[in-house]
Amino acid sequence: MTEAIQRPRRKDPQKRTVLPTLPPTSRSRKALGFTAAAAAGRFVLQKCDDCGAVTYPPREACPKCLSMALNWRDMPDGGRLIAETTIQTSTNVYFRERTPWRTGTIELDAGITVLAHIHGDVAQSGRVRMIARTDKSGQGVLMALPEQETANMADDKQLRELTCDPKHRRVLVTDGRTALGQAMANAVSAAGASTVFVGIAETWRPYAGADELAAIPNVEVMALDVTDSISVKELASEIGGKVDILINTAEHIRAGGAMDRDGIVTARDEMEVNYFGPLRLIQAFGPGMRFRGADGVNSACAWVNLLSVYALSNWPAYGSTSASQAAAYSLSQCLRGEFRGSGVKVLNALFGPLEEDWRQHLPPPKVTPEGLAKAVVGALQQGLEELAVGAVAEDFLVRWKEDPRVLERELTQPEGA
Amino acid sequence: MTRRGKAARQGYDGVVAAVPITIPYQRYSPEPAHWWIARALGDLVRTAGITPQDVDGFCVSSFTLFPDTAVGLTQHLGLTPRWLDHIPMGGASGVVSLRRAARAVQAGDAEMVACVSGDANHVDSFRRMLSSFSRFAQDASYPYGSGGPNASFGLMTDHYMKTYGVTREDFGRICVAQRENALSFPHALMKKPLSLEQYIAARPISDPIALFDCVMPCAGAEAFLVMSETAARDLDLPAVRILSTIERHNAFPDDPIQMRGGWEMDREEFWALAEVTPGDVDLLETYDDYPVISMMQFEDLGFCKKGESADFVRSHDLTNGGSFPHNTSGGQLSVGQAGAAGGYLGMVEALRQVTGTALGNQVEDANLAIVSGFGMINYDRGLCSGAAILAGPGA
Repeated sequence: MTEAIQRPRRKDPQKRTVLPTLPPTSRSRKALGFTAAAAAGRFVLQKCDDCGAVTYPPREACPKCLSMALNWRDMPDGGRLIAETTIQTSTNVYFRERTPWRTGTIELDAGITVLAHIHGDVAQSGRVRMIARTDKSGQGVLMALPEQETANMADDKQLRELTCDPKHRRVLVTDGRTALGQAMANAVSAAGASTVFVGIAETWRPYAGADELAAIPNVEVMALDVTDSISVKELASEIGGKVDILINTAEHIRAGGAMDRDGIVTARDEMEVNYFGPLRLIQAFGPGMRFRGADGVNSACAWVNLLSVYALSNWPAYGSTSASQAAAYSLSQCLRGEFRGSGVKVLNALFGPLEEDWRQHLPPPKVTPEGLAKAVVGALQQGLEELAVGAVAEDFLVRWKEDPRVLERELTQPEGA
Repeated sequence: MTRRGKAARQGYDGVVAAVPITIPYQRYSPEPAHWWIARALGDLVRTAGITPQDVDGFCVSSFTLFPDTAVGLTQHLGLTPRWLDHIPMGGASGVVSLRRAARAVQAGDAEMVACVSGDANHVDSFRRMLSSFSRFAQDASYPYGSGGPNASFGLMTDHYMKTYGVTREDFGRICVAQRENALSFPHALMKKPLSLEQYIAARPISDPIALFDCVMPCAGAEAFLVMSETAARDLDLPAVRILSTIERHNAFPDDPIQMRGGWEMDREEFWALAEVTPGDVDLLETYDDYPVISMMQFEDLGFCKKGESADFVRSHDLTNGGSFPHNTSGGQLSVGQAGAAGGYLGMVEALRQVTGTALGNQVEDANLAIVSGFGMINYDRGLCSGAAILAGPGA
C-alpha cells in the first residue's frame, strides 16, 4: 500500500536546492506521436489500417504486412503484469537519484506486450490499468496502475513524478477578482494545496466575493496586477521561491473584431492582460520555477494557461480578443520549450464560452467557473499538458484536428462559430 | 511458401578455424577500439606466421568504432582485402563471423580471413552506448529506468523463475562453476573464488538480478583466422573443423516475453548437419551475459527439455573437470565483457580447448565443442542467435 506523503517541513534556506535532472529525452520523430497523445492523457498505439495489427514500439511500417498505413489509435487500457524488475542501479542520473524503480512487462488486452513504469500497488502478476503521460523530460511514457483505486494511490513516488498534484504544493492564482479566480482558489485548496496565493490588483478597490475568498483554507491574498511590471516583480521577489504551480486566471475579454472598433485602446488592454500579462509573469516567476523542478515533495511542477479555444482559430465576433489569445497560445509554446530541462509542465486549458459577464449574450452550452476550475485541478492531478473544457471546446478541437483550414472557413462565415 | 531447408545444406568441408587470440582485458582503458583491434590483428598474423598482406578477407565486430566501420579500418591498418564484412550482432558476432568467413573461403572469394572483434571501454562509454543502443531502446525501454541489459534480463529472469520454479541458487550454480573455471584462466578480470553464499548475498542490481549475475563491461579484443584445411597444414597450425552452424534473427516475435531463442527453430538441422548428438559434446560455450540465457541455451540447443535447466545444473558439474564442462574460461561472467568481443570469447576459448592449447585448465579429451551466441537486446529481447559445432584434430 502506498504511504501518504507528508507535508514537507519548511525548507532550510542554507540547504542546497536539488537541481532538476531528466529521464532520457531522445525519441524518434515517430515516437512523438505517442508523446503528443500522452500530453493530453490519451493512451494510443499504432494500428495498421490494412491488417489491423497493433504494434509497439513506434514503427515506420507494419511488422505483420509491411503496410505503411500505421496510425495512432486509442487503445483499451487493460492488461496484466507478466514480469517485473526493481532497478537498483541506473546509468542515468535522474533514475540513479530515484532508485529503487519498478518497471515491468505488461501483456495488454490490445494483444501486445509493452514495457512500463509500475505503480507500487500493482500486485505481482496482477491486472493493471495503463495510463500514458509525459515524464519530466516532456516525453510520453507508459505507467501501469492497479486496476482498482487504492488508498493514497496518487502519492506513489513514481506516479507523482508524472503528475502535478496540488497536494502539499503552493499555488499562485494570479487574479482573484473574478468568479473564475475564486473558483480556482477554492478548487486547489480543496485538492490539498498547502498555500494558495491569490493575486488581487488594486487591493483598495472592493470586489464581489472578497470575504468568501479570504475564508478559503490556506488562501493568502497578495497584491498583484499583471499589467504592472513592478507589481509582478515585487510579488515574485516575495514569494517567487515558493510558487510550485502558477495558474494564470487573469483575462481581459471584449466582444468585437477589428473593423468595428475605433482605435486600439481596447485591443491594447487585451494585449496588456492576455499577452504581456503572462510574459511579465514568465519573466518574474519562470526562472525560480525552472530552478526548483526537483525540489522535493513541493517541487515546482506546473504552469497553467487558461486560454479561450479561439486562440487556435479566430472567431471574428471576438476577433480582437482572439488575436491576443493566439499570442498567448504561441507564447505558451515558447514557455514549454524554455521549461524543457526543468521538469516543469505547461498545461494549456482551452475552454469554450465561460459563464461570466463579458460573455453574457452568448448561447449555451457554457463552462461555469467552477467547472473550469475542477477540470484544471483534475488535469494537474493527472499530469496533463493539454485540456479542452466544455462541449464547445471539445467540438472545436475535433474540427481543428480534422482540418484547421476548414475550421477557419466555418468560423469566418456570417453565422460562424 | 517453399519450406526453407528443402535443398540440403552444404557442409563446411575443407574449411578450418585457427589461431585463437585474446588481448588481455582491462576494466577501463583510454585506448579506442581501433587500438584493440589493431593489437589483435597484429598478434593474429604474427602467431600464424603470415604477413598483413596475406589477409585477403577481413571481418570486424565492434560497438565503439564510430565514426568508422570495417571500411575505415582497412586504410587505418593497411589491409587490402578482397572480402570485407562488418558484423554488428553483439553476442552472436563470433558464430556469425565464423560462418560468413567459412563460406567465403569455401567459395574461393577469400583465402585467409581475419575475424576480429574488439571494443574500447572508457569511463563513460557504457552509459553512452546504452542511451543510443537502438531506436526501439531509445523510444521504449531506456526511458523506463535506464537499467540497460540488467533490467531487460531482470524481467526475463523474473518471468523464467515464476514459470519454471527456478531459484536463484540454480542460477548461482552456473556462476560459481564459471568462477572456478576462471581461476586458472590468466585473462579473467575476476580473480577471487565465488561461493554460492556470496552469490546469494550479493548486492541487488535489478531484482531478481544481483551483482554476480552481471558481467563487468571492459575493454579487450578477440580474434581468429578462417582458412582452408590445406593452408592450415602448410602453415603448421592446429586447426578446427566446422561441423555445423546456424543463425536466426527475431525468432518467435509473438512470444509475449523471451522464453527461448532462435536456436529452437534451427536445432534439428543444427545437429543433423554435423551428424552428432548432444551426448557427443565435450564442452559447451554459451553466451552468458546473464545465467538465465545460458539456461535457455541448454534447453533450446537440446541438452535438456524446456524448463528443465534447473534440474540440469543441479545434476551436472559445470567445471572444466566436471561432467559437463561449460564456459571453460569462466565466460563473460568471470572474464569480463569486452563489448562485441564478448561474442567471440566462447569461440576463441573453444578453439583453444579442442586443439589442446587451453590457457587455463584443459578439459580432458576435448574434441567436440559447441559455441553458442546471443545478442542485441533491441527492445525487450535478444534478437540474434547462432551456434556452431567445432571439431578439434582429435575428433
